[in-house]
Amino acid sequence: MSMSADGVAGGVVLAEQLTRTSTGEAVQFWILAAVALLGALGTVFMKKAVHSALCLASTMVCLALFYMAQGAVFLGIVQIVVYTGAVMMLFLFVLMLVGVSSVDSLKETLRGQRVAAVAVGLGFGILLVAGIANASLGSFAGYSGGTSPSGAPAPSGTEGELIAQNRNVEGLAHIIFTRYIWAFEITSALLITAALGAMVLAHRERLTPRKTQRELSEARVRENINLAPLPAPGVYARHNAVDIPALLPDGSISELSVNQTLRARGQVRDVSREPVHRVAELEESGEVWMEQRGDVPTARHEGEEGGEPTEGGAPDGEPDGAADQDPDEAGTPHGDSVAAGAGSKESRS
Amino acid sequence: MNPANYLYLAALLFTVGAAGVLLRRNAIVVFMCVELMLNATNLAFVTFARMHGNYDGQVIAFFTMVVAAAEVVVGLSIIIAIFRSRRTASVDDANLMKW
Repeated sequence: MSMSADGVAGGVVLAEQLTRTSTGEAVQFWILAAVALLGALGTVFMKKAVHSALCLASTMVCLALFYMAQGAVFLGIVQIVVYTGAVMMLFLFVLMLVGVSSVDSLKETLRGQRVAAVAVGLGFGILLVAGIANASLGSFAGYSGGTSPSGAPAPSGTEGELIAQNRNVEGLAHIIFTRYIWAFEITSALLITAALGAMVLAHRERLTPRKTQRELSEARVRENINLAPLPAPGVYARHNAVDIPALLPDGSISELSVNQTLRARGQVRDVSREPVHRVAELEESGEVWMEQRGDVPTARHEGEEGGEPTEGGAPDGEPDGAADQDPDEAGTPHGDSVAAGAGSKESRS
Repeated sequence: MNPANYLYLAALLFTVGAAGVLLRRNAIVVFMCVELMLNATNLAFVTFARMHGNYDGQVIAFFTMVVAAAEVVVGLSIIIAIFRSRRTASVDDANLMKW
């Protein structure tokens, strides 16, 4: 006890009441407080949930810096690791599962709820701020041994020494494993319960036995719909994104080639008109070039469209006329050659 | 700057979070606003610890973080379970038990 009394006495001698922070901390506070508040407002008012999550992450980083500025170094690091690291990533993970593009419904289920919520929020804020303003906070004890506004003596013993030496981690460990040991042990039960609960909630019981590959293929043959694999997305290697559907023989798009999820979300990007035109232009310029060389492209056309001699014959007779025809009806003669490409692609895949 | 300003900031952040819980319909955003409120109280705890010159407030903030982490895990899996059965993450659509 004598040691602790000495510690207290020494603390009181060194006591330095904290009414004003250092200028550096003040500058940091005013800048980061603005960022934190903007982040909080962004969390509430951003339309997309992902933007809300990023705003919240910035607020949390600001809070971590505040903790460190106030001497809670350990908590600052934990804040970054646990909140911005683990919790926010979990949030983003769930957002991706649920669907990024989910937007709030604007329909009010309870009439006037929005106005009431804003009014309650404002009132609550005014109440809180007024309460703090009216409280006699007094001067801060800080961690340099000052007396707290309640008049309680500064911590003594090992804890007091650790605080005086500014050893945050050891100080926290000391009181967590002595005074708060019971709460700490209970925490382990809480964490195990939470992990179990999450597994139980996220687990889905399989109601029917899983179909084997053999059963799936047999079912496909029995139904006789889409017997071959579905067409692959992408058009002529010009667009190979998964949200761009393949082209059918007539130049229209094949919905089947796009992933079911993207179809359900309406994120299918139709670029079918563009490549058809482009291919038509290419073929046209090719014909012009062949003419300039003096070759008449008979053999090539007949080889390509061997099944239809009437169409293959037209460019033979008057190639100029065919070239003039093209821009008007992009679907017909060149659409067929597009069809050849798309069709072969489908049958191959 | 008076260190009590941290308390005002904590109060403002808590208010913004509470307003967000009341305003937003997306369950995940509501949940994020709850996290914001928890963070605001943590800031207040750390500031009170500094005010009293001991580490008790910091320990409380530490336990708040532990509880918040456990709460996030359970809450998000509840949201996923609701999304799986109802195909929505809106808090208005989970009204099966409504009177």
